[in-house]
Amino acid sequence: MSNTLDIQQIRAQFPVLHQEVNGKPLVYFDNAATTQKPQVVIDALDNYYKGYNSNIHRGAHALADKATQAFEETRKTAAKFLNAESPEQVIFTKGTTDGINLIASSYGRQNIQAGDEIIVSTLEHHSNIVPWQMLCQEKGATLKVIPINAKGELIMEEFEKLLTANTKIVAVNHASNALGTVNPIAEMIEKAHAVGAVVVVDGAQSASHFDIDVQALGVDFFVTSAHKIYGPTGIGLLYGKRVLLEEMPPYQGGGEMIKEVSFDGTTFNEIPYKFEAGTPNIADVIAFDAAMKWVQDLGKEAIRAHEAELLAYANEKLSEIPGIIFYGTAAEKVSVLSFGLEGVHPFDIGMMLDARGVAVRTGHHCTQPLMKHLGIEGTVRASFSVYNTKEEIDTLVQGVARVAKMMA
Amino acid sequence: MATINEVQDAIIEEFSLFAGDREAITEYIFEMGLKLAPLAEEHKVSQNVIKGCQSTVWLVADLVDGKIIFSADSNTGITKGLISMLLRIFSDRSPEEILNTELYFLEKIGMSGIISSQRSNGLTAMIKQIKLYALAFQAKAKANA
Repeated sequence: MSNTLDIQQIRAQFPVLHQEVNGKPLVYFDNAATTQKPQVVIDALDNYYKGYNSNIHRGAHALADKATQAFEETRKTAAKFLNAESPEQVIFTKGTTDGINLIASSYGRQNIQAGDEIIVSTLEHHSNIVPWQMLCQEKGATLKVIPINAKGELIMEEFEKLLTANTKIVAVNHASNALGTVNPIAEMIEKAHAVGAVVVVDGAQSASHFDIDVQALGVDFFVTSAHKIYGPTGIGLLYGKRVLLEEMPPYQGGGEMIKEVSFDGTTFNEIPYKFEAGTPNIADVIAFDAAMKWVQDLGKEAIRAHEAELLAYANEKLSEIPGIIFYGTAAEKVSVLSFGLEGVHPFDIGMMLDARGVAVRTGHHCTQPLMKHLGIEGTVRASFSVYNTKEEIDTLVQGVARVAKMMA
Repeated sequence: MATINEVQDAIIEEFSLFAGDREAITEYIFEMGLKLAPLAEEHKVSQNVIKGCQSTVWLVADLVDGKIIFSADSNTGITKGLISMLLRIFSDRSPEEILNTELYFLEKIGMSGIISSQRSNGLTAMIKQIKLYALAFQAKAKANA
């Protein structure tokens, strides 16, 4: 074995994996969409609602105090998880999409003017395109796009050409959800900073695979989603540099985010609360603490080694099938495998796999500009996680081989 | 020629042989789709596309000697299979036969458990379009009478 993880012992911690779908054992390969949750996360949710559900930060009673402490404990864990300078630089959002929208609305509206330029890449998820498009439309700014090569890697020379004194924001993903490409963000941040631009990294597809060190990267904003890191749905993290967060205006108005309210005017709370209007998703934030600790205990290096082994195995086995087409063959990838069969619609492959109990994603993966660039309607995407096995990949490969044979 | 209900019963009988084996049923639907005669490219135009389907479905209808001949195609194999079943039931029938038919085979074979709810909506849209053609041809025949 190439790593020290006991995969069967890990699988035993995920109740959802132990079921039959369409009369076949479930093979869950839609991890880039959302990962399953280990028992510790489910227990944390259960314990919160059974033991100390109450609103945080305000209640003058024991339960509220316990909930507040648990909620803020997650912020401390998240700061360690991202290696942020301080917990208050971590803001709880609804998820990656919400985080990007917060930055675009708050930082973007404050700092972007007519004639400015915002750079995204061909590999972006719609969530990292549309908020910037809306901002550009509102402000009269221009959106520029980094092209990709045939392997699905960003063309760095072209990125450098796009960087000018007018570049104000570079918004790029750490890893592509559709192709799995890992982008050289450290280098990109350095180059963007050289022209005075601020960098927003969409870490939705990277935070469960890599150790994230926002300080070493020098990244200005980093956003991710809990539900792709074995945590609950509906919450995410936004890290920002202190100087940026403090200067930014609030995103939404309401409770929690204020210092003092009068009808003459309102003064705002400090970070992070300035950006957390209203009662937050307390239960899920608290349960996310368990998810991050669970991941850290396993160690991302070991997780990544296992996932890399699965990816290589799937690549090798699928490549033996006649008519197979791989999309995205970057040198560095997360465990996302996008493929198709010549002359077969991705939906059909997805449906045939589903009938065999194999869950994959089919379609454009919320990356329509990328699909247009590739000249395809969509792909079949199998994405692997720490609890997946080579035997499960064999089931996938048998399913795809069967479709290839039937449709040939 | 078998009646519409005889064809529905035959399909129910065929599906019952699979005893709920989802994989076998799915493959059977695909196989039916593979046998569907391809639609000429000239018919694959936007006015023949059925709205409300997740996949692209083209449906063409012609009245020949009082019977409606349907031909159809899709960009996905599973939908071709579904179309193939509908054509087997509805093609080469008079408008009256089509309009007076109660479609019960989908429920009997448990189609809602085989295809996704989005695809179920698409299937409903296809059936609706077939009935609309029948209604149009019936109205036309009455006007000409």
